[in-house]
Amino acid sequence: MKSSVITFPGSNCDRDMDVALKKFGFDNKMVWHNDNELPKSDLVVLPGGFSYGDYLRCGSMASKSKIMQSVINFAKSGGLVLGICNGFQILVETGLVPGVLLRNKYLEFICKNVFVKLDNKDNPYFKNIDKDIFELHIAHNEGNYFCTDDQLKEIKDNNQVAIYYSNNKGQIDENSNPNGSIKNIAGIFNKEKNVLGMMPHPERMIDQSLSGEDGSIFFKNLIKNIK
Amino acid sequence: MKVSAIITLKKDVLDPQGKVIHQTLDGMGFKDINEVRQGKYFEIDVKENDPTKAKGIVEDMCKKLLANLVIENYKIIEIQ
Repeated sequence: MKSSVITFPGSNCDRDMDVALKKFGFDNKMVWHNDNELPKSDLVVLPGGFSYGDYLRCGSMASKSKIMQSVINFAKSGGLVLGICNGFQILVETGLVPGVLLRNKYLEFICKNVFVKLDNKDNPYFKNIDKDIFELHIAHNEGNYFCTDDQLKEIKDNNQVAIYYSNNKGQIDENSNPNGSIKNIAGIFNKEKNVLGMMPHPERMIDQSLSGEDGSIFFKNLIKNIK
Repeated sequence: MKVSAIITLKKDVLDPQGKVIHQTLDGMGFKDINEVRQGKYFEIDVKENDPTKAKGIVEDMCKKLLANLVIENYKIIEIQ
């Protein structure tokens, strides 16, 4: 299975993602933002970081990078595109997934482990996964998911919420919402479910001795689904 | 021509920075504030001498990059 991780100026989770993808069997290539063409890929990942120094709005400059036209075409033809953290911010700026990510409600940079609850397994990312609540890591300043009422209705109608911030028992409430995201939304799909943007970092949870292994479950399942 | 544009958050979008600025101003003694909203200001010198055309170019920039229309409004405030 072939994957590509795009490196933008200011990306800093691209190598972690490379390590994670390779660990679980992907033949991964790093792709520079200024390239025109994507290598042949089954999965394209937009990694976390601070592309273009978060200038203007997080992800806004990166969403106009040269490579992004190929990524958008790839997504529109049904290819799997996963955006993590800053990658999620880039995805919303391209319009591939709805909504925006605002500054965290309490104006703090948040760096901690959180629990998220899967909402929808009818997609290539979570199909057949035998777990509902995941412990993953978040590290962001702008993760406060926001969308208009009309968009929210459409998101709900099309089952586009991928994951919600929850507690360890899967309860979704204000106490488990780290950043003020509307309805505790931590990750969202496009309508077709081939594009997934999420704030938590599965690539930081792939080693029991360093962190946890819920990210391993995610990647193992993903590669199985792609095969 | 020099075109000036401001980008502001839409009314329903929470502006935590504006809130903190409000609280700080209040703490400094500025007690007569209803609300503070923070925005962005751009001054763009475009290679175009026709004011209508220059305005159109910057409006296009606002729509495509400078503002995110899900949460922000833009307004051209000056052309000179």
